[in-house]
Amino acid sequence: MSVITYRQALHDTLRAELARDDNVFLMGEEIGLFEGSYKITAGLLDEFGPRRVRDTPIAEEGFTGAAIGAAMLGLRPVVEIMTINFSLLALDQIVNHAAKIHGMFGGQLAVPMVIRTPGGGGQQLGASHSQNIELYYSFVPGLKVVAPSTPADAKALLLAAIRDDDPVLFLENLALYNTKGEVPADCAPATIGKAHISREGEDLTLIGYSRMAHVARQVAEELADSEGLDIEVVDLRSLRPLDRDTVIASVRKTGAAVVLEDDWLTYGIGAEIAASISDGAFDHLDAPVRRVAMAEVPLPYAKSLETAALPSHDDVVTAVHETLAAVGRRR
Amino acid sequence: MPAPAKSTAATSTRRRTSRTSEAQRAKLENYYRQMLLVRRFEERAQRAYLQAYIGGYCHLNLGEEAAIVGLLDALDPHDYLFTNYREHGYAIAKGIEPERVMAELYGRTDGVSKGWGGSMHMFDVEHRLLGGYGIVGGQLPIATGTALALQYQDRSEVVMCTMGDGTTAIGAFHESLNLAALWKLPIVYVIINNGLGMGTDVAHASAEPELYKRAAAYRMPSARVDGADPEATASAALQAVEAARGGTPYLLEVMTERLRGHSVVDPAKYRSTDETTRLKGADPVVLFAARLLERGVLDQAALDVIDTETAARIDAVAQFAEASPEPDVSTLFDHTYATPVPNDSRRLPGSPLFAPAPFPGRPA
Ligand SMILES: Cc1ncc(C[n+]2csc(CCOP(=O)(O)OP(=O)(O)O)c2C)c(N)n1
Ligand SMILES: [Mg+2]
Repeated sequence: MSVITYRQALHDTLRAELARDDNVFLMGEEIGLFEGSYKITAGLLDEFGPRRVRDTPIAEEGFTGAAIGAAMLGLRPVVEIMTINFSLLALDQIVNHAAKIHGMFGGQLAVPMVIRTPGGGGQQLGASHSQNIELYYSFVPGLKVVAPSTPADAKALLLAAIRDDDPVLFLENLALYNTKGEVPADCAPATIGKAHISREGEDLTLIGYSRMAHVARQVAEELADSEGLDIEVVDLRSLRPLDRDTVIASVRKTGAAVVLEDDWLTYGIGAEIAASISDGAFDHLDAPVRRVAMAEVPLPYAKSLETAALPSHDDVVTAVHETLAAVGRRR
Repeated sequence: MPAPAKSTAATSTRRRTSRTSEAQRAKLENYYRQMLLVRRFEERAQRAYLQAYIGGYCHLNLGEEAAIVGLLDALDPHDYLFTNYREHGYAIAKGIEPERVMAELYGRTDGVSKGWGGSMHMFDVEHRLLGGYGIVGGQLPIATGTALALQYQDRSEVVMCTMGDGTTAIGAFHESLNLAALWKLPIVYVIINNGLGMGTDVAHASAEPELYKRAAAYRMPSARVDGADPEATASAALQAVEAARGGTPYLLEVMTERLRGHSVVDPAKYRSTDETTRLKGADPVVLFAARLLERGVLDQAALDVIDTETAARIDAVAQFAEASPEPDVSTLFDHTYATPVPNDSRRLPGSPLFAPAPFPGRPA
């Protein structure tokens, strides 16, 4: 067991998988000589050479599509797209091809590839560079989408994604790269499609993924200390498939839910969770399911506006308080 | 430079020659002033970024000053310009007050994009700078479309669209050039070839490293020019702009150097010592100053005066930016749509979608 950053966990896992399986190779912009925009692949070109760690031109559609083709012949490409915003240039290849090839051709070939890409706003990057659009991929049958919030999950889910036979979008987060956590040395691959209760509690269920699962845990701990609240936290970890059973079981126990997401509210991941809770835990709900999400604007650059538009720690606390107040009134 | 008109009278020739050379001298001095303004602006932006007045990404034009000034000299004020995220200098050379460019970097209301865009997204309708785009290649199809509109409306303006060398690998580059050539659009595509994407050099990013030659695939005229030389760049750009104005789109490749990292935070460790040493001799501002001295256009005292004046101007620019107010949170929902629309969401993240409903059967 060692305490390492999320970045280090990703790096170490890529390195171990490159060493384990010659079919695994990395592809992406500036991942080799430049060592990655966020330095996840630092040192890997030196160690494994350009056959395994391949710098690409700025051509997201081209190299993501090339990864699909390579995967069809049994390679296991791990593509890095610098941020999820740029994945939009590869949307056609991902949605029309990676997600379809297995089904459309009657299940004859699989596409075992991984697309690693970070989301995350809040760094004053402006409207086109601050989007959290994992929903676009979570919407599509045939794709898997995972979103780890801790270094241990980053490792376990990346192992699982690389060894999985289907295309997996692996969502990272700019704000998590420097966060630290314990990672077991003998970490086994996670099961894709399973959520995780990262804190048990009785009063209310907080649901999040990626950065927001992290915020959920923080808020739950703080409110336990300051107000004696007993909040349960569900870290979704996988957006498709979605572990509805874990969410429903938790809400049946607590009777109240607040969903946290870094994307826009309307049609968001939170909307899917709220609908699932309505289906599966209706009789157990003591308050409306509350969603905390980004303001629905193209994200402005100015710090004053950006801060107001992004969901904050305080917004989560407010939502918890108001939801518990609604529970109180109804009981 | 267009050649001076012929004259028959000797006296008139002499007068005209001296007038031309005075105009020429003024022009070169102005080139130098603008180059130095961009240089000092970018140095100040770098400082302000490191002091956290500026957020996000910050890509500088250090090394691109001569190219910028030469290119923009070829455009008429009413011509349109599209560029990428490395565009502070272009905004200034297009005539936008540096104060408003710096205020944008500071994210303030007096910024060219009212604080909404930041370093990568400068935009000013009045000066016909139609962006600053952060998605690599994003500006190309859009610029092509504005050229289509100019043709459609039978107007005389042209569009100039700049991009980096790395951008020629993106699909939109090829789609745009093909459209422009098919439709004979009034547009000049400019590749600023600084030799690098972020850290990847052209030879590793382009199967045809002489990038201007890519135009051949679209039977589009093209040329390559030394972007450290503002005069050469201006005359190459003028030729390109004239072609475009006549309905022949053009691809111009401008060879420049990126004197620092990809953005302020990039230490550029991937560069060799040889490369770093070579760059020391390739500073276009230093080279042009030396040329002006050598040709007797300006003497050292004049250069010093320009330096002092520019430094003072930049201090004022930074003060203006710092004094400009931050956008008020009440304006957050002002720009989602051009026209008001029923049911537009104006909810802040902490607010519920609906106020808590009263419990049925109980007073609220
Ligand atoms: C579609 C897309 N992919 C990747 C990026 C990240 N990115 C920003 S600048 C850049 C390098 C661009 O190089 P070049 O076109 O040569 O322009 P330069 O920065 O050298 O001026 C990259 C890869 C992006 N902004 N958009
Ligand atoms: Mg470049």
